Amino acid sequence: MNLLVCISKTPDTTSKISFKSDATEYNSDGVTFIMNPYDEWYALVKAIELVEQNGGNVTVINVGPASNDIIIRKALAIGANDAIRVDLENGDAFAIASNIAAHAKSKSYDAIFTGKETIDYNGSEVGAMIAELLDLPYVSYANDLTTSGNISKITREIEGGMEICEVEGPFVLSAAKGLAEQRIPNMKGIMMAKSKPLNVVAATGDALRVKTEKFIVPPGKTGVKLIDPENMDELVRLLHEESKVI
Amino acid sequence: MSVLVYIESPKGHIKKTGNEVAYYGAKVAESLGTNCIAVVIGKADNVGNLGKYGVSKVLHVNADQEIEFDSQVFTSVITQVASENGANTVILANTANGKSLTGRLAIKMNAGNVSGVNSLPDTSNGFVVSKSVYSGKAVANYNITTSNKVISLMGNTLQIQEVGQAVSPENITVALPATKLKVIERKTSEGIVPLPEAELVVSAGRGMKGPENWGIIEELASALGATTACSRPVADAHWRPHHEHVGQTGVAIRPNLYIAAGISGAIQHLAGVNNSKVIVVINKDPEAPFFKAADYGVVGDLFDVVPKLTAAIKKYKQA
Ligand SMILES: Cc1cc2nc3c(=O)[nH]c(=O)nc-3n(C[C@H](O)[C@H](O)[C@H](O)COP(=O)(O)OP(=O)(O)OC[C@H]3O[C@@H](n4cnc5c(N)ncnc54)[C@H](O)[C@@H]3O)c2cc1C
Ligand SMILES: Nc1ncnc2c1ncn2[C@@H]1O[C@H](COP(=O)(O)O)[C@@H](O)[C@H]1O
Repeated sequence: MNLLVCISKTPDTTSKISFKSDATEYNSDGVTFIMNPYDEWYALVKAIELVEQNGGNVTVINVGPASNDIIIRKALAIGANDAIRVDLENGDAFAIASNIAAHAKSKSYDAIFTGKETIDYNGSEVGAMIAELLDLPYVSYANDLTTSGNISKITREIEGGMEICEVEGPFVLSAAKGLAEQRIPNMKGIMMAKSKPLNVVAATGDALRVKTEKFIVPPGKTGVKLIDPENMDELVRLLHEESKVI
Repeated sequence: MSVLVYIESPKGHIKKTGNEVAYYGAKVAESLGTNCIAVVIGKADNVGNLGKYGVSKVLHVNADQEIEFDSQVFTSVITQVASENGANTVILANTANGKSLTGRLAIKMNAGNVSGVNSLPDTSNGFVVSKSVYSGKAVANYNITTSNKVISLMGNTLQIQEVGQAVSPENITVALPATKLKVIERKTSEGIVPLPEAELVVSAGRGMKGPENWGIIEELASALGATTACSRPVADAHWRPHHEHVGQTGVAIRPNLYIAAGISGAIQHLAGVNNSKVIVVINKDPEAPFFKAADYGVVGDLFDVVPKLTAAIKKYKQA
């Protein structure tokens, strides 16, 4: 099986968030970046497991600047066979998906995996876009996958439950929790990653379709109102009269 | 150029999220000086009721056919309906299915898109929408600069109102492309409002000590008519079903009221809940970080406080 896994980089959730350039740009000074957890823990590990079982190759792809090489090396250390970085500094979901689709078009991947969303932007867009660009079926929020021959059986999360579907031929999937178990790279993996191929290719020049006007940091809560645990009638009164939620 | 709203009809019924998308779409159309058309795909009842939320026309595609969701098929139907009806803005719900459609539609329509929008667009200078980013720590305003636009709406963004009359739906037939995806089984919990569209949520964490104690949480939820949720370690330990897990790696919600009992308020938990309008925290530790994100706090033992709150709610409901 030849599998392509799309990996992205996000700030660690515990990072302080601030903006620069008139609040139009994220300020990454002093921020620790990580591989997007859905990409690393579920999409990548599931792809590696499938190749361990069936033979084949796992390629990881990232659309981003050279500073992303650190997360790409981590993916190689976890077990991907080779990597591609499409050199692009600031891409929106469309530019990212177009570049990934442009790469995948000439290859015959059996499946393309993305994470269910990036944890900073929560777009859930890139996977669906790649699928449309390549005219492939797309299964979002997959938490279980088995393949036999040309048919894959996938369980996906939907509102308040789940759905099991069968897909024929190549497909694009977005990975949710449960698809695989997180793997920590070991020393051997880290050493081997250094010599695995990481090819850098030029980006296609897609015009951005969405412009960031401004980031706003909302004022925090003004302070909690403490209620006497013996007086829950008071809490109910406040919920009804003051905040009008019940 | 019209606005087209795609309305989901799970198991043949339009739900609150669907009405909300219709209402939102009608408002967007109004600000653009145009009309809003709704499209429903496959067998569904009472689709004309969407007119009550302000849409001027309801198109019902293949009304007598049960059609399983496949993003490829639905994308093809929606874009065909959009182009036949001169719609350049498509709006849908930011649900699991909505999320598999937004990106596809954007490609097929050559449209700029933003998913998870949480306010009406500002059309005074372009088409500017906002969404919550960086784990709810910031709001981003995006200007969609293309003439075609696709946006998906976060649940509970607007308080819906009936502003019009039911309309008679127009049945249309669209040839569906062959599908490579088959849904073979579906399991959903009946009768409960799913978390993403719940207005009231009661959630509990490791402070509950074990799954056998959840009765008091369920009683509070049922007294309120709320949906239950939990922290991640609770779902990981199988104390509660996985779909109840809220937070950065679980479901992100924005109910009107979020009550958290025995949850410490780690940043990864807050990431999924801090857009709730009102947060109530019940925790025995006055230093629990969750109190900083709360509107109302009760410092006390949840085994004591929760039943008292349930009793107070019941008393209020009877009054
Ligand atoms: C990458 C990553 C992603 C994560 N994603 C998520 C996520 O999506 N959602 C999530 O929830 N977590 C997530 N976590 C875990 C998160 O960091 C916390 O560990 C978790 O939220 C803690 O759960 P808790 O509050 O239930 O338990 P604890 O932190 O153990 O807190 C229990 C609380 O209950 C209180 N308590 C105990 N007994 C009582 C009592 N009798 N009465 C009242 N109060 C009592 C205690 O004072 C304490 O504050 C993630 C972590 C990582 C690293
Ligand atoms: N810059 C990128 N390079 C490669 N893959 C990406 C990139 N951005 C997003 N993805 C993939 O697309 C998924 C969904 O991203 P998003 O649509 O931004 O929520 C991520 O989990 C990744 O798998």
